[in-house]
Parts: sequence; C-alpha cells; structure tokens
Amino acid sequence: MRKLALSDRILMSVDKPARYIGNEWNSVMKEKSDVKIRFALCFPDVYEIGMSHLGIQILYNMYNQRPDIWCERVYSPWTDLDQIMRERNIPLFAVESQDPVKEFDFLGITIQYEMCYTNILQILDLSQIPLHACDRTEEDPIVIGGGPCTYNPEPLADFFDLFYIGEGEVANLALMDLYLEYKEQNAGRQEFLRRAAKLPGIYVPSLYRVSYHEDGTISAFTPLCGEAPEQVRKVIETELDDAYYPDNPVVPFIKVTQDRLVLEIQRGCIRGCRFCQAGMVYRPVRERSLSWLKEKASKMLKSTGHEEISLSSLSSSDFSQLEELIRFLIEEIGEKKINISLPSLRIDAFSLDVMRRIQDVKKSSLTFAPEAGTQRLRDVINKGLTQEDILTGAAAAFEGGWNKVKLYFMLGLPSETEEDMEGIAALSNEVARVYYDTVPKEKRNGRVQVTASSSFFIPKPFTPFQWASMLEAEEYLERARVVNHAMKEQLNRKSLNYQWHSPETTIIEGVLARGDRRVGAVIEAAYRNGCIYDAWTESFHYDKWMEAFAAVGLDYHFYTSRTRSLDEIFPWDFIDTGVTREFLKREWKRAQEGRVTPNCRAGCAGCGAKTFGGGVCYETEN
Amino acid sequence: MKLRIKFAKSGCMKLIGHLDIMRYFQKTIRRAGIDIAYSEGFSPHQIMSFAAPLGVGLESQGEYLDIQVHSASSSRQMAAELNRVMTEGIEVRSVRRLPEDGRNAMSIVAAADYFLRFENGCPPEFDAFMAQENISVLKKTKKNKILLDIRPLIYDFRREETGIFLKLAAGSVNNLKPELVMEAFFSWLGEAWDPFCCQICRLELYAWAGGGKPEGDAAPEQKPVSADSFISLEELGESIDDAE
Repeated sequence: MRKLALSDRILMSVDKPARYIGNEWNSVMKEKSDVKIRFALCFPDVYEIGMSHLGIQILYNMYNQRPDIWCERVYSPWTDLDQIMRERNIPLFAVESQDPVKEFDFLGITIQYEMCYTNILQILDLSQIPLHACDRTEEDPIVIGGGPCTYNPEPLADFFDLFYIGEGEVANLALMDLYLEYKEQNAGRQEFLRRAAKLPGIYVPSLYRVSYHEDGTISAFTPLCGEAPEQVRKVIETELDDAYYPDNPVVPFIKVTQDRLVLEIQRGCIRGCRFCQAGMVYRPVRERSLSWLKEKASKMLKSTGHEEISLSSLSSSDFSQLEELIRFLIEEIGEKKINISLPSLRIDAFSLDVMRRIQDVKKSSLTFAPEAGTQRLRDVINKGLTQEDILTGAAAAFEGGWNKVKLYFMLGLPSETEEDMEGIAALSNEVARVYYDTVPKEKRNGRVQVTASSSFFIPKPFTPFQWASMLEAEEYLERARVVNHAMKEQLNRKSLNYQWHSPETTIIEGVLARGDRRVGAVIEAAYRNGCIYDAWTESFHYDKWMEAFAAVGLDYHFYTSRTRSLDEIFPWDFIDTGVTREFLKREWKRAQEGRVTPNCRAGCAGCGAKTFGGGVCYETEN
Repeated sequence: MKLRIKFAKSGCMKLIGHLDIMRYFQKTIRRAGIDIAYSEGFSPHQIMSFAAPLGVGLESQGEYLDIQVHSASSSRQMAAELNRVMTEGIEVRSVRRLPEDGRNAMSIVAAADYFLRFENGCPPEFDAFMAQENISVLKKTKKNKILLDIRPLIYDFRREETGIFLKLAAGSVNNLKPELVMEAFFSWLGEAWDPFCCQICRLELYAWAGGGKPEGDAAPEQKPVSADSFISLEELGESIDDAE
C-alpha cells in the first residue's frame, strides 16, 4: 500500500483530507521504474474546482495511455494545509504516488483564469521549485503552462519555461518525444527549450526580448535565436471525433463543483459576441458527431458510475444535432436513472419542453444572459438576443410553471450610458410584468423571482474589445448603484433582486488579462504579501495587491483605464489565433457604430479562422 | 429483494467520511451493474441504507449497507462484481439476502466490536480502569453536557499485547464511541488522550439475538449481557448459492 505524504495527524487536522490522498476510481497507478517521464499535471486551485475540469481529465488520460509516461495530478493545498506545509517544510506532492513534484520531469499547469496567478506561485513555492524559470537547473522539472490565459501569457512569462498555445491533444505527445530524445542525449535544459520552441504551438518566453517605448508601450518583441518563431500559431484539432477523449475519467470521492460526467459536444462558438474571448480564440466552431457522442456517453457512464451527465459547449443551442442528441439522452440514458443537465440552452419551446422532462420545474430557474440593458448596447457587443426573445421565452416558461428567472448583465461596457444601466432594471421589471400578465392569479405559485446580477466588463486579449478602456473601481460601484437605485423605482420592485460583483477583483483581473511582462513582478510581490486564492472572495486582499503595485513601481492605470491606439503592439500580438487583427479592428469599429455582425452560419465575416481548414467554415461546401 | 452488503474499510479510505462513502457506493453499484431499485421522482435515488456511520479516521472490518434490488445473482458473483470496481481500501466481504420481513440494519444495530491498536503498546492500567464500578464521563449532547456512566455500555473488553478489544453499545438507543472510552481512561490515568496514539478498527456490528431488544421496559444495559446476546448483522442474511 502507498505511504501518504502527510501523516494522519496532519490529514485529520485539515478540512477534507480526501483532497490529498488520491486513490480515486480510474486514477492511474504505475511503477516508477516502468516509466521514462513523470508528468505532474496541476490545476492551481482547490481540488473540488480542479477535479471539475474536463481538460485535465483529457490530458491526464492521454498521457497515461503512453506506457512510458506516468501523469499524476496536483492541486493547490487549501489555506489550512498550505500553512502546515510551510511551517514544516513539506514539499508539495502529486496525489497518485504522493511523491514530491520537484522530482518530476514536468510540471504542467493549466491556467484557466487570471485570479489563480498567485496560486501558481504557491504551487511552485510549495514544490520547492525556483519561482523564476531562469533560476531553475537540470534538477528542476520543466514548468509548462496551458489553457485560455496563455492567450496572453506575458504576466507569467518569468515563471514558466514554456507555454503551450492551443488545444492540448494536438502536440503535447510530440513535446514528450522531444524530451525523451533530449534526455537520452543529455543535451541540457536550454537546448531542450530551444528545440521545443520549434514545435507548433510552443512558446518559450526566455527566447524573446521585449523592448518598450518611453510611454511604457511595447516597441518591439524580438526572438533571440533562430529556433524561436516570430509568431506562435495556436494548434487545434480540426476533426474533434479523432481527438483524444477519455472513456474513463477519474471519479472523486468527495462532492466536487461539477459532480457529473461531462460530454463536450463542440468547441468554439458561432455567435461572435465582441466581449467574449472564448468565442474568438476557439474559432472555428467544430462539432462532434452524434454517433461519437452516443458511444462516449454510454462508455463513460459505465466506467464511472456517475448518476448525472452534462453537455459542455459555449452555446449548446447552436449544436446542429441537439434535438437528436437530447432525444437519445432522455430516452436511452434517462431510462437508466441518469440525471441530465443542460447548461447554456436558448430559451424556446424546444428547450422548455426538454427541461420540463428532465427537471423539477418548481425547483429550477431559467437563465438569460442579455449582458446589456438596452438593444443599442446589445448591438454594440453583438449579442444577438433581443428584448422580444427574452420576453417571449419568459412568457412561455411562466406558462410552463417556472417562476424563477436569472438575468446576467455586464456593467462598464464600451459606450455605456445611464440609460443602458437603467435598462437593466427596466428589462428585469418587464420580465416580472410578463409573469403577472401571463399567469392568472389563481395559478400563481407565489411571486415571481427575478434575480439580476452584473459583473463588470473586463476587456480581454484577442477580442474586438481588446482596445477598450476600463473604469476606476469607484466608477464601477457608482454604476452598480445607478442600477440598484433604478431597481427600487420599478413597479415590480418586490419581485426583483439585484447583485453585483466586486469592482476590486475586476481591476486586478483587468491588469492581469492585458498585462505585459512587467506585471510578473507585481504578481510575485502580491504573493510575497500573502496573496493566494484571489478567486475566492474571502481570501482576496485588494490592499495587498495595491501595496504590490506600489512596491514594484507600476501604475495599474496603464493596464486598465489608459486609451490604447489602434496600432499599439500588444503583449500578446506574437500569438496567431487564426483570427486576424484586421478582423478584430473591423469588429471594434462596427461596435462603435452599433452595427451587428451575423453569426458564422448566417454569413462568414472573414475572421481568418478558415485557414485551419475545418469546422463551420466548410460546412456548406460539401 | 433486500440484500445486505458487508465491507471492510482500510488504508487511506479511512479518511473518506460517511456521506462520501454513501456516494461512493452509489457509483460502485452502478459500475458493478447491480440491479438496484430506485425511488420515484425527478431525481430517483438508489434504495440503500447504511447500518452505522463510521467516524473519519477509523478503519473497519465490518461495515454494512442494505440495498433493495429487482434481481440478484449469487452472493459469490455479486461480491466479485463489486470488488472488481472498488478502489484500494474498500473490500466487499459478503453479499447476503435478507428475509422479506428483515429489518433495516440501521434500526437494529445494538453493539459493535472494536480493536484499538497501540503504536507503542497498550497501557497495562486498562484492567484496573475497567475494574471500577462506575465510569462517569461528561457526554456532550446537542444542547448541553450530561454526566453518563459508560461502564454498563462496555459489554466486553480484553487487553492484548498490541491493543485493546472492546464490545460497546451501538445504535440509536445507546451509542458509545471507543474514543470516549479512551478519553475516560486517559483522564483517569491523569494524562491527555492523544487520538493518534492508537488506530481504531471496528471489527463487527451486531443486533440483539432473538430478533429485538430484551423484553420489558428495562434498558438493555440493565440486562445481563453475554456473548450469545448478539448476532452479527451478516448472520441475519443468508447466502445465495451459485446454483440458485
């Protein structure tokens, strides 16, 4: 039996010791002596979040298919264990073998959101790996980053040996083969990194130099050697059915955030909302086939014993085979007492009928994401949803027995006026009014509950809004107050509930999202000030971040509220996502004109993703 | 048909709490393809109940859950199917059919055997401690603390070289945790009780022999208790032969 890295005394003194013991069903054990590469795959947040992530499950199983690689998992120790590990100098370990991460060949970290950046430093620090890539020796693992935030990896450039840009299934194994070659030749860490830089999708930050203008903007981004390409092009799978997908995902013992089987039906989104990074960088839309999905669903349910299955995509309603897939799930999978959960469905007659069949109407709520309060602003952001869509959908839902509605909005969008802010309250009120108009008194099940919540808009790289300015924390709060005040003026105010996000978190996320290499020092200073788990409200400390900016001597306004010129070189410009800068500029201009752009199926807007040679761009050509 | 599953829990699985063990079994029963019965409604759940929750950190050789099934193969085959889909540290020991009128394990648990394995040998004073007529401890309830004599709830004990065997009252009427006995013992010794000085293992769970509690109004602890006062939960079910 395995010896655990932590004593019973420690495990019994921390919250949820099951986070740290491994041994889950479908987790993979191998003999150390049988493998040539040990890979520690890390999600830098608490276990329950990390175990809910599909990408980790895919890569974990993909690596472990190879007999010469043992891939194990690593999560951030929660703050209670973090403290104990620091006090007693216990090195961070992988949950399968319980061996220290520092003994591994690779530490691969998925970077899913900006607010986990200090957790990445926590992982390196607890693993006893030097924080800076330049301080690492042959004894240290190669630290590699992947995931959505690598579309601007620059704030993290100092901490990673290399970044993998694109979909993990494509070239990770080629990287492993290169590593084996290098190891055999004993060529040295630097030589390996130089060779890796030649692989598609690989970015080695130490092989580039960034120069700045006096005003702080970038003047040049220069490769330092021949192996480093000027542009790093993202890698993607063109045929999703052929991409690796596991039959047997790991099944956690404790309840995790997404405690269900996840079936990814498609990648990318046809919609082209101008604020949405995922909708731009994951282009083109690629669907999985119905036969593939049916087979995978059945296999995975059998191998895991999960009692719930969920579909994953950016916009399930746009999946062309949705009706047939749902029919299969309800009639064949539902028979086996499996719960079905369908996120991100457009509310219409079809989806309401489906939802009525799979969930308890009384308990569930309907979700709409209008994102903005007026049609004008929804046109600016290219959100196709109209007020009529929402009210018609809501009326149908109320007739079907629902009486809880959630509405998601953003505040601080480009060109937003007071009318747009008040529009959030007005639209919420309209939804409530529709309830009282539609449902006769005797049939009402109490009052309708309309919950509106707003986050603050954060411009992200590779979106048409990458040129947009952010506001000050106080201004965000002021806008939320305008909405809140307007809510209280509405006729149906007693049915309305309004919530808003933290403006401080917004500022930090904004800096990290569009930051350059100089921001790395701020992240490190914040971490040294004690910041970890910034994504968790209770452990987010704005003052410590502000101290970090002051200590480093960087003004965060440079990254948030500054006006960016159209020809400014952005830190992320060396990445080629397929979507051209010209297209983004065009969309930014159309946004300012309030002109909508049709979705990919209604008409090609020429974004550039067609060069990948697959997906929606070629649907009509056959 | 009602089935009773007996299982052992050891190694790192001792850190998985009761609710998670329930969830774990729901999934293993699906993986094993056991033809379990479900409740009605929008989120049907498996008809399943556990005999007695085991504290986090404790190992066990004798845990039980009862399930309702539509059909069953042989005891041997079902145990093998379940063990094929278990993680290391959980082992199904037996699967037995309960009589149709058999009561739920949870409602009949009356006693439990424990072995407390001491890292550095068992303190020899335990015999003297047990020789007392009364052992009063402060027991915390939801609202307040009450003084309780636990001596009558210790049905049997035996000091061995490596540790202590205890047979204690268990279930919904009188439930005595071995940790409470140790707390009392160490406090009697004038020492602080370190929960990590021994590994506690539950060995078996019992019901009163003869189908229920002893007759009369008297609390069970006032009746003389002997070795044949109890029957293990496993013995209340019968094995399903391969031939059936």
